[in-house]
Amino acid sequence: MQTIDNDRRTLLKGSAVALALGITGVAQLLASPKAFAAWPKDAFAGRSMDEVMATLFDGAVSPVESGDIFLKAPDIAENGAVVPISVESSLPNVKRIIILVEDNPTPMTAAFNLGEGVKADVSTRIKMGKTSNVIALVESDGNVYAARKNVKVTIGGCGG
Amino acid sequence: MAGIKVKAKQSGDLVEIKTLMKHPMETGLRKDKAGKKIPANHITEITVKSAGKVLMTIEYGPAISKNPYTSLVVGGKKKGDTLNISWVDNTGKSESADVVVK
Repeated sequence: MQTIDNDRRTLLKGSAVALALGITGVAQLLASPKAFAAWPKDAFAGRSMDEVMATLFDGAVSPVESGDIFLKAPDIAENGAVVPISVESSLPNVKRIIILVEDNPTPMTAAFNLGEGVKADVSTRIKMGKTSNVIALVESDGNVYAARKNVKVTIGGCGG
Repeated sequence: MAGIKVKAKQSGDLVEIKTLMKHPMETGLRKDKAGKKIPANHITEITVKSAGKVLMTIEYGPAISKNPYTSLVVGGKKKGDTLNISWVDNTGKSESADVVVK
């Protein structure tokens, strides 16, 4: 009985060391230059709008609908694999523009972090699995504003 | 392969940058003919720089179309300025290109 107990203890010690090593390993990975630390992994992994919103902003943020965001998207997208989206805003001091697709498997689509002198005017092309609301969030002067548009998709862009 | 196609054009006091990147943008959700999952392979971050200063960083997820098209508009730049644009993907690959404003 004694020997078994000893074995168990060494095993426990061993795993504790392994765990510590594991943690330092992760820390090193995060500290390495050009790591993906800046990429908001959790936001991109969120499977619902609530999950994504919770990871993007601290606390409960309920974006205010704004007429100063111009979200351009087609009414009907014949091909869900390529849906052109552009977001423009006349709001002051825009720091970040986020594009979300409500009914995609993972709603988080893109985030644009604007440096000094960059205009709030971006466009991209996105994939949509099915008909859904496309939401543009604009962070301006510390507040979050939103604009949404429903896009009908005739052929989904996520299937094989 | 020319991975990044980029154009920057001055109009008034603004410069419009348009770029097309060659990338499969695989979501990780699709399956191949044998029913095996195709691993995720997509751009995660794009950085636009000028004279060592970051103008914009873009975070992309798998829901961006294959061969992503992106455009943005910056102020304070003029004809002859050089801009640098680069991407990194989730597998660690990266590419970079310079463009002179026209």
